[in-house]
Amino acid sequence: MTTPMVEAIQIHKSFGHVEVLRGVDLVVQPGEVACVIGPSGSGKSTFLRCINHLETIDAGTMRVNGKLIGYREAGGKLHELRESEVAAQRRDIGMVFQRFNLFPHMTALENVMEAPRTVRRLPKKQAREQAMALLSRVGLADRCDNYPSQLSGGQQQRVAIARALAMEPRLMLFDEPTSALDPELVGEVLDVMRELAASGMTMVVVTHEMGFAREVGDKLVFMDEGVVVEAGNPREVLSSPRHERTQAFLSKVL
Amino acid sequence: MSDAPVLTKRERPEPIKAVPVRHPGRWLAVAILAVLAAMFVNSLFTNPNYGWPVVAQYFFSAPILNGLKNTLILTVLSMIIGIIGGIALAVMRLSPNPVLSSVSWTFTWFFRGTPLIAQLIFWFYLAALYPTLGLGIPFGPTFVSIDVNSAMTPFVACLLGLGLNEAAYMSEIVRAGLQSVDHGQHEAASALGLSRFQTLRRIILPQAMRVIIPPTGNETISMLKNTSLVVAIGYFELLTSAQRIYSNNFQTIPLLIVAALWYLILTSVLSIGQYYVERHYGRSTRRNTGNRLFGFQRAGGATR
Repeated sequence: MTTPMVEAIQIHKSFGHVEVLRGVDLVVQPGEVACVIGPSGSGKSTFLRCINHLETIDAGTMRVNGKLIGYREAGGKLHELRESEVAAQRRDIGMVFQRFNLFPHMTALENVMEAPRTVRRLPKKQAREQAMALLSRVGLADRCDNYPSQLSGGQQQRVAIARALAMEPRLMLFDEPTSALDPELVGEVLDVMRELAASGMTMVVVTHEMGFAREVGDKLVFMDEGVVVEAGNPREVLSSPRHERTQAFLSKVL
Repeated sequence: MSDAPVLTKRERPEPIKAVPVRHPGRWLAVAILAVLAAMFVNSLFTNPNYGWPVVAQYFFSAPILNGLKNTLILTVLSMIIGIIGGIALAVMRLSPNPVLSSVSWTFTWFFRGTPLIAQLIFWFYLAALYPTLGLGIPFGPTFVSIDVNSAMTPFVACLLGLGLNEAAYMSEIVRAGLQSVDHGQHEAASALGLSRFQTLRRIILPQAMRVIIPPTGNETISMLKNTSLVVAIGYFELLTSAQRIYSNNFQTIPLLIVAALWYLILTSVLSIGQYYVERHYGRSTRRNTGNRLFGFQRAGGATR
């Protein structure tokens, strides 16, 4: 049996008195693409951010590639990891944000080179070659010297994907990567993600793009009010949802 | 409904030629200001009390240039202490470590809360409080010790007083800058595996600079003139030098003009420098470069 890339068991998370996650389970095998859908406020983005410890969890177990995230088990007790240890865990997990979060003071190329240079201490020449290769992969080699403010939303998001890939992650998290884009720019980002999925990358994608989920997803998870309501094969869930809440949600978005 | 395409070629209408709104009030204001300016300029040449020959005589005189040199040295060194100290204090203040945060808060509270002139005098007379300072085991033997009385020259006291006071003010400016950076930047850097320090140095601080620089320019110009407080502990700079001269020859107005002109020149040079520093840190956003230097050139041209 292979180690699951993501193994989330009974994840609970509260912000103040609001319990955003109320026992979420998810298993993603290496190479799988899991799409998470659900109404806004259902906790899907929070759950995604728990996977790389951008949010701490209150209860449950989060493992990535078999390793506990944010904690170390010793002597039957959980010990919080130091900041540097958490940073080291995050290097294997790429993340793409809804609002891109590119570094605005750096060019596209510098954005992609930043983490390999600063974190992995890669020599400049090597980092540059790698970054150029990644920018070509997302179709933006010719825009390498542009600042984010000079790029369209779709281009910025493609640079953000290249930036995340630069750390050669084993897992990629996408937090509504196309929600902030003009409709005509969504396609170019989904194309890059499709290519990435085809190359065997393990991906967890929070999205509203049902077409992408159906076509690329190996697994579809419908979340509502902090729990997984329904999970399964995307084609089956989308065409014949079993739960009432899933039916109600899909009837509104499809 | 016809089947004609939506985009049909049509004659472009004539450009609008409208009578613009008149502003007689502006013209009246310009006329009044022009008369006042003419009167003022005329007085510059005809009023002998300005003492322009005296101004010319002292403008490059040794005592004035010596004072100018001290003003520059004190301003530059104090601002370096202030900026480095301010960054350190701001980072400490925003740190999740409650010890660092409280130390920073207390420092800022004390150095912003007491008058600068009192701090200068305090540093100068530190020997009255602690005649020697040493390094050793607390309540045990001392290995190295310095005689505060001889180490605390007026110059050192000036740097400590001006620099540490400035650090307290700069820390709030830097803090505002750091907090102005979008939280998504922290998240993106964290997600890439950058440490807190790397995130600060590579991602947050460079972006915060755009917010930090304009008030820092203000602080530098303030410092230029605040250095004149060092007279309180017997040190001298530009304004003190001018005062010393006019207390002897009673040419008060001409010597104050000498000092004021030098301050204006220094401020103008600083403003040009600030423009280029701002342009450097704003290079990624085109809108930030705008007409600033143009605005400056007009203002600077009027003063010279």
